[in-house]
Amino acid sequence: MVQELEKVVVKFAGDSGDGMQLTGSQFTNTSALMGNDLSTFPDFPAEIRAPAGTYAGVSGFQVQIGNTEINTPGDEVDVLVAMNPAALKVNLHSLKKGGIIIADSDGFDPKNLNKINLSSNPIEDDTLSEYKLIKAPITSLTKKSIEGLGLDTKSQARCKNMFSLGVMYWLFNRNIDSTVAFIDQKFKKDLQLGDANKKALFAGYHFGETIEATPSYTVKPAKIAAGKYRQITGNTALAWGLLAASEKTAKHLFFGSYPITPASDILHELSKYKYWDVKTFQAEDEIAAICSAIGASYAGDIGVTCTAGPGLSLKAEAMGLAIMTELPLVIIDVQRGGPSTGLPTKTEQADLLQALYGRHAESPLIVIAPNTASNCFDFAYMAVKLSIEHMTPVIILSDAYLANGSEPWKIPSVNNLPAIQIPIAKFDAENKYFPYERNVEKLSRYWAVPGTKGLEHRIGGLEKEDKTGSVSYDPVNHEKMIHIRAEKVARVAQYIPEQTVIGKEKSELLVVGWGGTYGALLTAVKELQLENESISLAHFNYLNPLPKNTAEVLGNFKKILVCELNTGQFAHYLRASFPQFKYEQYNKIQGLPFGVRELKEQIKKYLIK
Amino acid sequence: MMAEAETINIKAPVKLTKKDFTSDQVVRWCPGCGDYAILAAMQTALPMLDIPRENHVFVSGIGCAARFPYYMETYGFHTLHGRAPSIATGVKLANPHLTVWEMTGDGDSLSIGGNHFIHTLRRNIDINIILFNNEIYGLTKGQYSPTSKKGLVTKSTPYGSVETPFSPGELVIGALGSFFARTIDTNPKHMADTFIKSVGHKGTSVVEILQNCVIFNDGTHDLITSKDTKDDYQLLLEHGKPMIFGKEKNKGIKLNGLKLEVVKLGENGITEKDLLVHDAYEADPTLHSMLARMQAPAFPVAIGVIRAVKQPTYNDLVFEQIENSKQKQKFKTVNDLLNSGETWIVE
Ligand code: SF4
Repeated sequence: MVQELEKVVVKFAGDSGDGMQLTGSQFTNTSALMGNDLSTFPDFPAEIRAPAGTYAGVSGFQVQIGNTEINTPGDEVDVLVAMNPAALKVNLHSLKKGGIIIADSDGFDPKNLNKINLSSNPIEDDTLSEYKLIKAPITSLTKKSIEGLGLDTKSQARCKNMFSLGVMYWLFNRNIDSTVAFIDQKFKKDLQLGDANKKALFAGYHFGETIEATPSYTVKPAKIAAGKYRQITGNTALAWGLLAASEKTAKHLFFGSYPITPASDILHELSKYKYWDVKTFQAEDEIAAICSAIGASYAGDIGVTCTAGPGLSLKAEAMGLAIMTELPLVIIDVQRGGPSTGLPTKTEQADLLQALYGRHAESPLIVIAPNTASNCFDFAYMAVKLSIEHMTPVIILSDAYLANGSEPWKIPSVNNLPAIQIPIAKFDAENKYFPYERNVEKLSRYWAVPGTKGLEHRIGGLEKEDKTGSVSYDPVNHEKMIHIRAEKVARVAQYIPEQTVIGKEKSELLVVGWGGTYGALLTAVKELQLENESISLAHFNYLNPLPKNTAEVLGNFKKILVCELNTGQFAHYLRASFPQFKYEQYNKIQGLPFGVRELKEQIKKYLIK
Repeated sequence: MMAEAETINIKAPVKLTKKDFTSDQVVRWCPGCGDYAILAAMQTALPMLDIPRENHVFVSGIGCAARFPYYMETYGFHTLHGRAPSIATGVKLANPHLTVWEMTGDGDSLSIGGNHFIHTLRRNIDINIILFNNEIYGLTKGQYSPTSKKGLVTKSTPYGSVETPFSPGELVIGALGSFFARTIDTNPKHMADTFIKSVGHKGTSVVEILQNCVIFNDGTHDLITSKDTKDDYQLLLEHGKPMIFGKEKNKGIKLNGLKLEVVKLGENGITEKDLLVHDAYEADPTLHSMLARMQAPAFPVAIGVIRAVKQPTYNDLVFEQIENSKQKQKFKTVNDLLNSGETWIVE
């Protein structure tokens, strides 16, 4: 019997060495290819290989698939695959009552129980009586299924994730082909191991079929906009957006970076495209990374650097130089839990004030934040466009949730992206080039690239005389230049889209968010709208400058509730920018994204009349 | 230095003149500062190179030396304290056809910028680092620097510095530097000549200039530079020539076991044949490091190109990889990339 579901949340959890990330992404890929809408949430430990079987070593991959629009990886898990007791314990609280647990009974041995001080085995006692438990001896059945292949014990154990994936494929009536193709590709140099992985996958599938412990389910394709789709994570989308900008401008991309979680994948991705003249420079530290990008920008490349919170602090001084010399520069900050090393693999939105203000002196720059994994592509492209057209640094605030999460993406065409105007300075024998002569509308100066005959000039960190760019210590000039630099950034508001509102433009409650919390806020607000609540959502992508109609939008609501994954930084910023309004806050700082149910509960408090 | 002279074109007659390299900015170093001579030497050297003016980029950090770009009628970028090597790296990778200079001091390069300095050398990117070594912080008004002599009394060390100074040459060679030369602010011709040689070297060149800060550390190099002592305390190195020095040209450097030794020609049967012959191109850094480390008064200070070793440059390797990868390009356009891998159609 096959039951049809509208949506379902699945979580794979095991040791970080168990291959749960791979299993989860294969399940996701297959579901995407079968037409489901989806959203993923990989959740991995900070340690690369924490001791096996411990809480610290639990690695998880959650995905929600549906036949309707899916904007979050889901609050509660319907089906949990637990490879050991630690994985079960860590995730049990998020499992729906009555949900299914598929446990590798071999992993629940005395050794593993001991590691987390369990005296009684939860899959044998009544701990799980409220759930549907499927005990599957995954490790031993995997070994049995690949017995004849002559693999060593370690390689045999490595195949058990494929067995568990096979069980899930049966449970959700998934098509097994794309994973088979994936294995063939991945192990084309080790056919024996490839064979073993396929055998384990099929064995898992048949195991499900044989035991028929539950009915099996299916999730039909989602009704989403027609077109060609692929899956994408936020980090990949950022990298590709930069590539698109490089192609569109016919300018080389220079990417100076220092490895840091959760941003390093952007460096890895861009390193592949040398043939498009992408220069990736793994610098000796965060400072060298941004400085090399500034040097490259000065010499005519698209200079980009990338980091996470602590690295952004290290780059602060150099951002001041880019502001002073008015050069294009893109700085990507993939936010993570902090301060200090904090929660390096978890998500947070607490770098907002650092991005806005975290530099010495008066040093405004553009700050933008993508709100979905896929529109990281658009905002990376936009960052390059704004940075070049306005000759100023731009910070992109992504976060760990967007970075690693994936979703289906209707593939855009680079041809449809807006053109990027490059304010390049050209030699003109009649008119002397002054480095700080400006475009009258945008106030941006012109970019004179070394190697251009006749435009030799000097720039630097010392205060500039207006227009000529000569060093100037004149007090009045200094104040004037401070205002010009601020006004240049403020005028960007004329070139970015106005703030939109999801729902009625005027009503009782406006929920305000920014960046990576969009999926959860949107789902919560839409569900409340269906419950006839008078509520709308304004989700911000442009943080500095704010869209020019921001005050107008805020003024149309009786109450404003700002929801963010910090202690209220955007609320604080709005209060300072528009003190005429009152702002309520809902904040969470647990290294976790918002859940839809929790948001609805909180929002409802402001809807009681 | 024959081999190097072949790698660059010294033009005669020159089209550009010293004036072409002089900007309209008022030079603001203290009167009598050694930096003036360095500036003049650079403005004299550049017209001798077959490099268009617009292809010179002077990058600097912070410090007295770092004001240098403002005075050159070329492209110039006055950046952050210690970070000039990183900025210069970006410039060179954006456009490898540029001749990139980094003008720096002992505090800028060896203290706050130490990390960038050593990693730039390790990579061997083709830039020319001109290190003004006055053994003091000038612009911040006289604190000891990482090259200040032990015991130096400064504003921040009223009881004398207890730190052991870096020898820049030893650090350069330790960081796998492929080119190290030393010159003196009192010898304009030698400076200009050394700048030209540094451009000829493909890779990171470091030229240490013994520079006098008249205000905060006047005379620190006196033993090496003053008229009456310089011949006895300078060892002018030339590739292929025996290491002879002294007013009477009667002293030399000899290897004694694993140590260098000053010997007198004619004494104890020592002849020119016993002296070391300078080989700047030797890949093994041991002897270069020993030469760079020689300090007055026990030894003469080595002046000239101490090390010039051919090694692949970072920029060449980077662009070689870029060119090679174009042979096996996976995607033609970004649209191809976006449409690659697993995709599906929703109708
Ligand atoms: S402080 Fe010293 S190094 Fe600086 S300009 Fe004056 S004399 Fe020259």
